[in-house]
Amino acid sequence: MMSSIAECPVSLSAAPDVLDFDDLLSRVNAAGREVLAVHAADVDNKARFPAESIDAMRELKLLSAYVPVEYGGMGLNIIQTAKICEVLGHYCGSSAMIYAMHCIQVGCVVHHAQKSAYFRRYLQELVDDQRLMASATTELGTGGDLRSSICAVEINGDCFTLTKKAPVISYGEYSDDILVTCRRDPGAPASEQLHVMVRRGDYTTEPLSTWDTMGFRGTCSSGFTLTSHGSTDQILPTPFNDILQQTMHPYSHIVWGALWTGIASDAVNLARAFVRAEARKTPGETPISAIRLAEVDLVLQEMRHNVYSLAREYHELLTSDHPEAGHGFGFSIRTNNLKLSCSQRIVEIVGQALLICGISGYRNDSRFSLSRHLRDAYGAALMVNNDRITKLNATMLLAHREGH
Amino acid sequence: MTNATADLAEGIAAVREIVAQHGRLTVDVHSLDEDCDLYGVGLTSLATVGIMLALEDRFEIEFPESMLSRGTFRSISSIAEAVTNLAS
Repeated sequence: MMSSIAECPVSLSAAPDVLDFDDLLSRVNAAGREVLAVHAADVDNKARFPAESIDAMRELKLLSAYVPVEYGGMGLNIIQTAKICEVLGHYCGSSAMIYAMHCIQVGCVVHHAQKSAYFRRYLQELVDDQRLMASATTELGTGGDLRSSICAVEINGDCFTLTKKAPVISYGEYSDDILVTCRRDPGAPASEQLHVMVRRGDYTTEPLSTWDTMGFRGTCSSGFTLTSHGSTDQILPTPFNDILQQTMHPYSHIVWGALWTGIASDAVNLARAFVRAEARKTPGETPISAIRLAEVDLVLQEMRHNVYSLAREYHELLTSDHPEAGHGFGFSIRTNNLKLSCSQRIVEIVGQALLICGISGYRNDSRFSLSRHLRDAYGAALMVNNDRITKLNATMLLAHREGH
Repeated sequence: MTNATADLAEGIAAVREIVAQHGRLTVDVHSLDEDCDLYGVGLTSLATVGIMLALEDRFEIEFPESMLSRGTFRSISSIAEAVTNLAS
């Protein structure tokens, strides 16, 4: 059953309102051309927050795209959300990454907190105010392991306090609300975690580290000591372990894979434009670079297919009567494989595009420049390090019984 | 003591030993009640892989995919029950 779903051809036809979605995609493309692409180089140069891009997304109400229609959101599914991330990735990798990370947080609330009156109200607020959500999962001292926390929420009556030393909070200075992982109480083991939402105005940040990186510079993923307080209603009513396994893990790798596909696809588009210009110079002859283009186009197709095949499988799980089928090692392994594969392919594709464009792609001041694409591409293997993921898969494969 | 209860007690003792060796818990397993929630004392899903391999080796059984769930490994008694079901 699962494997047949995974092998379905990619199509968005299962989604409601196909025509409306196509219309939305063209508006996202327009914002991409007119806003994201215009500021992408400046965002990259200055490693600054792409405020114009996020404003454009707010105008399109994209920040509540994944919020169910009953709260006023668009009610998009994971396949459609991935498509939007891919489209944004064409124009500005950092903006697309911020959008993808925001959507992951929205997904956590939508899937795991709707039983709480507080979070149902929050979803309406998110729609009305187009609030930007960020995430503080990693912590100094845990070695990048999302499954363990050192900090603990301290509850006193209806209130909590929480302090976390987070080496990375992407766009933490610009977000409205942050989902923070922590131990459920100061006596709990590192693996007994909760997910707590802290709100702008209720937290202070003290810088721990800066963000001057090779790529994804506009995500402004500096480190902070986050000191926060709030009401116990802000604790998600599901243990973080379940949120991670059922939502954060698959959702992240699907939307990241999608936006990386967008970056790779834009690199191939630049290569295509370059080859066409060459072909025009030598009519009647297929330039050698066209062969390279044919080769890289195949890899891009495989990359995209992988993303939407897992997105479709996840969508089927979310809408099925037996979502527990996704709780086993098999789905986790496939999800990890998607991340490993996409993060390698983006480097391969942009590298091939660079060979096609040659010195024009190597230059920073040419319209074929691939500098930003290439620098962004190398980040993919590092955000949740591929070695860590491979090791997890190696362990899970010891227990996994079925081929997939 | 009947044979069945003696077997069960022996099974629980063996499971406890394996959990102590492979569970990477934050407490001494020997002090735990057999119904104590192991996830509450630090068991992770990855550590369950080590427990599962050791159980398979010790009891000459094989866990099907469907039993590799959080419920199976929740407590020493739930693990012992799973082992009994697989061995019978």
